[in-house]
Amino acid sequence: MDKINLDQADSNFRKELASQPGGETISACFTCRTCTASCPITAVNDKFNPLRIIRMALYGLKEEVLTSDFIWLCSSCYACQERCPQGVSITEFMTLLKNLAVKEGNMPTGIRVQRDTIKGEGRIYPIDDFDNKKRAKVALPPIPTSCNVVEKLFPPVRN
Amino acid sequence: MKYAFFLGCTIPARSRNYELSARKVADKLGIELIDVEEFICCGFPMKASDYKSAEIMGAYNLCLAQEKDLDICVLCSSCASQLTEVAHSLSEDGPDREQINDELSRAGLKYGGGVKVRHFARVLLEDIGIEKVKEHFIKDLSDLKTAIHYGCHYLKPSEIYDGFDDVENPKSIETLVALTGARVIDYPGKKRCCGGPVLPVEENVALSVAKEKLDDIVDAGADAMCLVCPFCSVMYDDNQKSIESEFGTDYNLPVLYLTQILGLAMGFDRKELGLNINVVKTKKILSKLGL
Repeated sequence: MDKINLDQADSNFRKELASQPGGETISACFTCRTCTASCPITAVNDKFNPLRIIRMALYGLKEEVLTSDFIWLCSSCYACQERCPQGVSITEFMTLLKNLAVKEGNMPTGIRVQRDTIKGEGRIYPIDDFDNKKRAKVALPPIPTSCNVVEKLFPPVRN
Repeated sequence: MKYAFFLGCTIPARSRNYELSARKVADKLGIELIDVEEFICCGFPMKASDYKSAEIMGAYNLCLAQEKDLDICVLCSSCASQLTEVAHSLSEDGPDREQINDELSRAGLKYGGGVKVRHFARVLLEDIGIEKVKEHFIKDLSDLKTAIHYGCHYLKPSEIYDGFDDVENPKSIETLVALTGARVIDYPGKKRCCGGPVLPVEENVALSVAKEKLDDIVDAGADAMCLVCPFCSVMYDDNQKSIESEFGTDYNLPVLYLTQILGLAMGFDRKELGLNINVVKTKKILSKLGL
């Protein structure tokens, strides 16, 4: 992996993160690597490294972090957060980074499709008549095939 | 005992075996599961892209349970964690109640707090009790060697779960499985994630994570895996064939829901528990058990 390049650092990023849920505790990180050692993703692919992401964020590498592919590899399993001796909410922090990346227009297609399906249909796997037929065959009750309340919860202006 | 039954998205579409077996077990134990047609996605899969909207969806579901004056029983671990977390954020001294209630007012709803969210396994342990569960067992499953997969959101983040089990040394599911006589075997990566949330991002990474656990469980000599979350099951049961062909491995490891194991001990048959719907065939373990 390339060396971290500090020329692009944004000194305000650290403060911006500290003021949002999930970002309040990251400056407590003392680089012990317990997060990385506990991570099931790092174990199979070292492109994802929670400690490195925390350090990059603290150094102010905003653009590099928020346009990266690797933040999306966090499986939100909480192994790191549960074990962090400094009480850093690492999983919540990864969620914050992903949310900020989306606000800047960066997200994997799969995640975009999930979001749009849920906001449009109220379910990640919308139910159709065929599903209900299979359910009826084993005496399970039908599930609604449409959802109107999402229009009220998420009026077009939010999307 | 009565709960609003929260199925979430994955179960009605992809895990009818889990739903069938849970309803059978609940019925046997006198747990009344009330279907609420208006429930929508818990919000969990949207947390990564739009945290606030995910919270609104969770809160909407809590409002529906509140209207019926019921606590919620869930089968999916991700739904359990999302709804429990939202219930915390919206509790009396929680940070988000006012803001989320503003959003909910568009749907004519307001959350007042107090709805409890419980995973089905936790309902059995805490609300029914192991002695009462055991009273209904008529078949001995001692010929079955199981490997338990706890998954992540069933237990974590621990701060929202009132310490009902130990994250680093969990016991709750094996306590229930051991009641049936089935043997619970240990294996190295017991606490490892299934990789599921990464599936829509990078399939190969997700499958690699799932593969590690299948390797460990088969090496440990288990007849079957036992789990409590439909998305973990998507990774280990639905995707087991893909993992085998991707990595050139061979597992043929049946993946059972906790409720299917409990249901077998209660004397329900294969079809009643949806064992015929499992992707990896379950016949070899049933014949091992003489069923």
